[in-house]
Amino acid sequence: MKQQLEIVPSQRVGPLVSVTDVYKHFPTGGGFGRGAVVKAVDGVTFEIAAGETLGLVGESGCGKSTLGRVIMQLQPATAGSIKFEGRELTKMRGNELRQVRQRMQIIFQDPYASLNPRMAIGDIVAEPLKNFGLGNKREREKRVQQVMKVVGLNPNFTNRYPHEFSGGQRQRIGIARALVLTPSLIVADEPISALDVSIQAQIVNLLEDLQTEYKLTYLFIAHDLSVVRHVSDRVAVMYLGKIVEVANSREVYDNPLHPYTKVLLSSIPYTDPVLEARRKPILLKGEIPSPINPPKGCRFHTRCPIAQFPICGEVEPPLEKKADGHVAACHFPGKL
Amino acid sequence: MNPGETLGIVGESGSGKSMTALSILNLVPEPGRISGGKILFKNRDVVTMTSGDLLEYRGGDVAMIFQDPMTSLNPVLRVGFQIEEAMRAHSRFDKRQAKARVIPLLERVRIPSPKQRARDFPFQFSGGMRQRAMIAMGLANEPSLLIADEPTTALDVTVQAQILELLKELNRELGTAIILISHNVAVISSLCTRVMVMYAGRVVESGPTRQVFDHPEHPYTWSLLRSVPRVDERRHERLISIQGMPPDLARLPTGCTFHPRCQFKVERCLREEPPLVEVAADQEARCWVLMRNVSKESQAVRT
Repeated sequence: MKQQLEIVPSQRVGPLVSVTDVYKHFPTGGGFGRGAVVKAVDGVTFEIAAGETLGLVGESGCGKSTLGRVIMQLQPATAGSIKFEGRELTKMRGNELRQVRQRMQIIFQDPYASLNPRMAIGDIVAEPLKNFGLGNKREREKRVQQVMKVVGLNPNFTNRYPHEFSGGQRQRIGIARALVLTPSLIVADEPISALDVSIQAQIVNLLEDLQTEYKLTYLFIAHDLSVVRHVSDRVAVMYLGKIVEVANSREVYDNPLHPYTKVLLSSIPYTDPVLEARRKPILLKGEIPSPINPPKGCRFHTRCPIAQFPICGEVEPPLEKKADGHVAACHFPGKL
Repeated sequence: MNPGETLGIVGESGSGKSMTALSILNLVPEPGRISGGKILFKNRDVVTMTSGDLLEYRGGDVAMIFQDPMTSLNPVLRVGFQIEEAMRAHSRFDKRQAKARVIPLLERVRIPSPKQRARDFPFQFSGGMRQRAMIAMGLANEPSLLIADEPTTALDVTVQAQILELLKELNRELGTAIILISHNVAVISSLCTRVMVMYAGRVVESGPTRQVFDHPEHPYTWSLLRSVPRVDERRHERLISIQGMPPDLARLPTGCTFHPRCQFKVERCLREEPPLVEVAADQEARCWVLMRNVSKESQAVRT
């Protein structure tokens, strides 16, 4: 897999991505400011170091995909700062933003919906190059074939259409399209959850190989905690628009400090029947509250098994350092 | 399957696990049909049952719940009414009894404030509550078997945990036998005492879950268990990926259908299909090689 792509690894010493106090609110109906506001991302701060994989987990509706899209500037942030390779993205417009986008790419969950069925896959993969006016036709063709080889697709298949490929192969096409420019950051939004079990492993292994080879940085968004543990150096847990805990992945799983993280972990069944028989899931009461009107104080207090009142219902716990490289937003960390 | 037993059917999409379940209900969609074999339920053959008997059998003796509860619930009818209707379609409970059973059933599946909730429409329920309502509907006629086809696949992990606990409880307390169909080996491990692994329309291995997962004999079972990351993994190990794709069922490979993807195949696998034979007490596998005969060194070769 060597010769092919010259992806320039980020030479940065500091973080590749710095997200500071980012909000993303969606107005709903009403108009003229009368409607309610969905607080999909509600004050989030974290960093991604160059070359690492940061896993972002949470349940549906917690805002993890929105956060990924906001970092990519596919949707503007309502407030806050997003720095990529040291440059502020939220203030960038037009051509400047376009240039930066060559260095950040996204892979989507559904490989059926994210590829244009009327385009041959060679054109799909070449499109980003064309879009940025890179190379002539011949050079682009060569590059496309290189990238296809890198992701494990037969480079002679450039004339075929997406429907001729299986889900796993389509996901490879999506990865090829992301790699054809020279990204340093790849946001992978549930890249394997639509795939069959035996194919998931192929894609996970491919993403790991590409990272080693090209020093890529991943923001890996997923709901499956076992996959996230497997691929991530660090893990951030999200609940209702907020990050509640971040630590290196071993630490999150061995020593979760936030009760929500602990609940999530206790919910995953083990494959090993002996361990599984011993597992005691902590079952949550009630439903996830609406992000239109999140609970006051700690957002998790309405469902938290260890919430204490009045503090948890009134004071929002800040995301602060509880141990080395381990931050959590909880008044009673590690008590569950 | 014995009364009160929990059986897991695991396999990838297209392996035939859902068709197996639909066959048990004699519900194979056209143009498919059950082309051979027998399905005995309490010694009566489902394949040759009259349509009148089938109506009573489906939903009466055997109930089924699906992955997406929204597509199985009628969006314009109140949830309570739909559960009542499930009983009215059968003759076990009269009108009065059926009406009276709705609230206790919702309570049984732990839907909060069941009295009010019975008057709600499906869209007012969350995904987890809809699945609970489906389970309540399934249990309405006190079936002896509940078939759950990927019941938690569309749900979040915390909700999945709740539904699995509920199914365990129902099995324990009501003695309802459960067939759980899933692509997720951990979900099977959580609920089922026995497991059946399917590949390309056939059972390739079956036995007590603990035994099969501890000592898988079929290479497909073996690789499937190693292709999923484990939440309890102590150090980073590269996942085993099964090369290639599941076969086209219209053009099955010769010999063992898994041979094109099998890293332990021998010459015989290409020519002759292995029979399902007993490989240990209670455990059956369909393989000429068997993992016990594969040396540790060749198992360690990662693909």
